[in-house]
Amino acid sequence: METSQYLGIFIDESNENLQTINDGLLDLEKDPTNMEHIEVIFRAAHTLKGMSATMGYEELTTLTHQMEDVLDLVRNNQLPASTNLLDMLLHAVEKLEEMVGDISSGGDGKGVIQPILDQLKAIEKGEDVSDDSVASNQDVTSKELTLDSFEETVINQAKAEGLHTYHLTIQLADDCLLKAARVYMVFEILEKEGEIIKSVPSVEVLENEEFDQQFDVAYVTSIEQKEITDKIMKVSEIKQVSIQPIGNQKQTERTENIGINQEPTKLDSTTKEAQENSGSKRKQAANKTIRVNINRLDALMNLFEELVIDRGRLEQIADEMEHNDLTETVGRMTRISSDLQSIILNMRMVPIEQVFNRFPRMVRQLTRELQKEIQLDIEGAETELDRTVIDEIGDPLVHLIRNSLDHGIETPDVREKMGKNRQGHVLLKAYHSGNHVYIEISDDGQGINREKVLNKAIENQVVTPEQANQLSNRKIDELILASGFSTADEISDISGRGVGLDVVKNTIESLGGTIEIISEEGKGTTFTIQLPLTLSIISVMLSTIGNETYAVPLSTIIETALIKPEEIVTVQGQQMMHFRESVIPLIFLRDVLEVPDSANESAYESVIIVRKGEQVAGLVVDSLIGQQEVVLKNLGNYLTNIFAISGATILGDGEVALIIDTHSLIK
Amino acid sequence: MSKVSKEVKVIVFRLQNEEYGVPIDYVGSIERMLEITRIPNTPKFIKGVINLRGIVTPVIDLRERFGMETSEYSNRSRMIIVHIDDKEVGMIVDEANDVVDLSEDDIETPPEVIGSVDTDYVRGVAKLEHRLLILLNLDRVLSNEEVNQLSAVEK
Repeated sequence: METSQYLGIFIDESNENLQTINDGLLDLEKDPTNMEHIEVIFRAAHTLKGMSATMGYEELTTLTHQMEDVLDLVRNNQLPASTNLLDMLLHAVEKLEEMVGDISSGGDGKGVIQPILDQLKAIEKGEDVSDDSVASNQDVTSKELTLDSFEETVINQAKAEGLHTYHLTIQLADDCLLKAARVYMVFEILEKEGEIIKSVPSVEVLENEEFDQQFDVAYVTSIEQKEITDKIMKVSEIKQVSIQPIGNQKQTERTENIGINQEPTKLDSTTKEAQENSGSKRKQAANKTIRVNINRLDALMNLFEELVIDRGRLEQIADEMEHNDLTETVGRMTRISSDLQSIILNMRMVPIEQVFNRFPRMVRQLTRELQKEIQLDIEGAETELDRTVIDEIGDPLVHLIRNSLDHGIETPDVREKMGKNRQGHVLLKAYHSGNHVYIEISDDGQGINREKVLNKAIENQVVTPEQANQLSNRKIDELILASGFSTADEISDISGRGVGLDVVKNTIESLGGTIEIISEEGKGTTFTIQLPLTLSIISVMLSTIGNETYAVPLSTIIETALIKPEEIVTVQGQQMMHFRESVIPLIFLRDVLEVPDSANESAYESVIIVRKGEQVAGLVVDSLIGQQEVVLKNLGNYLTNIFAISGATILGDGEVALIIDTHSLIK
Repeated sequence: MSKVSKEVKVIVFRLQNEEYGVPIDYVGSIERMLEITRIPNTPKFIKGVINLRGIVTPVIDLRERFGMETSEYSNRSRMIIVHIDDKEVGMIVDEANDVVDLSEDDIETPPEVIGSVDTDYVRGVAKLEHRLLILLNLDRVLSNEEVNQLSAVEK
């Protein structure tokens, strides 16, 4: 089957299903007796298996299948949802994610699944012994088919649709050599005409020929009993096929068998179903969506950018012509295109949930590796961010969370001694404010040990001892973001991997964001990341230097000022100005940017005061033009790494203006 | 040399008194001089960026790129917009006014000294009746290395 056209959908849905399984497993861990979680996981696993099989990804299918088998046992209370089991399942999910990831990056989705497969099988078998002994007692007579509520639902549905449901007991010839092959052939015949709901033993076991001569199948089909028998008997080495309709009597029988135990579960399952129904209704109402290829959205965005440029040009022409009707029309167009802009931007927004989702599992795993007790809380997962930002922000967050777990939170014993709760808390929080999105990672750990940081910084020659004495607490905290910094005494494989938090800082700054640290020794540390909502249309302050126009992103500007030359003071050869009780350095852009013919003729200097984190500096320009929304364009692949320039934009008159990278100007 | 000689169309342009060529496949368009925005802290031969129908495109002065003496741009000056790999660059030349068909057989490896251009940048020379055409190796002419190296030196 030609499946490539479904690949995109397959990958998206697989990821969704994996996420559901993942969340379900974590919920299950917190609440191991709640069968609802198991049902959710089971359903997702089942869908995933079905899809993988259709797409022909064998390894994916095999592994999900094995997971399903294990989950089935848990569901039937034959296996407790122990931590060990959950570990194994989470491990399997990880493996599956890896494989799906491989597929999405163009690979074939093959992975080494044998070890995890074996582990799962071992778990399954460990509890399976009793099952086997039952089987051997039953000779040729058909084995009891225990159906779970899900399978029952399927059967009831099938009946409602007028399909036949049968319980097939198939016995192979005693001297059958290729048992697995025969089973496969039987299954193939059956699947042509209907759907196999369950097989006992499981398909996995059958394929490995780990059964005697007989197996049972619950089957839904539209064809008659006789026909099935005939078809199956055509496969050689089949000794006998017995078929019984699956009747209501079976269900009652089962309820009786299990007795009182079943009662509460039954109740549970009905209420659950009710919940589910209302849940799915709600979901449908909220989620009337279509999937759109991101490339189309990008194309839309590009076209819109063109429109914004032309809009700018029109505005300018209208201003020059002073034609009333034209001005009015342009004004209307401007308003409409602003609305359009916000809609397009919104379309590209995705909830940060996508990124946050992977953290609970990561934290859980690290917590165990580090032998700490840590609770991760997530707030604001529904906060939306531009797709491009989402794609980039994952790794820095992983890094920061690892950092909090490894260096921030103390071991339970230490915490107890300090009079804290044994369990540490890490809070991951996202929220909107103005044109920015903030992400906070705070822990209630030991905070930054400033003495240690300073020593390390001096040792690694990040600062000189003289400088060290002058640093404010905040500056010291920020040292941990400097290149080549790791304060853990031993290099652990959690976060001390040679790359420091400077990587995080660089990534965030390259996204046009900032990162700040607030730490209190003994009480904890908070990292605050500020990110722009979108990367492609930004507000800038336009200014002229000589005959050239430059744009400074509004997000970095605190305010603008006019100062008299005599207000400029020189400190150690550096020109500075007073700004709100402190003295800030002045950067003369005409010198930095080597602008020809720039001279200030007025009695004042125009200064744009910008900040980078806590650092503030004044950019001196010739004059300020005003604020404008512009489309950010890059300079192409020929010009890379241009000092102090982060990109360009096209102004209303068609002229190209360069955008100043204030971050690289402030050191 | 293959027996079946392949035909290539080449855009011919002039620098000083020499004629150069680039295969037409690499050429996106030929533009009259557009307003250039200077980019600070870059090598001298990078003149800046232009607004090429909404796309910000860097332009270089080929004379300066090859270390020839510079001259004022005239109304014959042109920007040849070339694409190579994923780069798009405009090259300023004295004049661009001809397209010729060459067969691969006409192209010879460059002798040690040819015109005013470093042989590194030359892919070959083609002799036409009364003319000598120097075919450029765009890969080398537009390599990023020099841009980055030079900008590093200037810093």
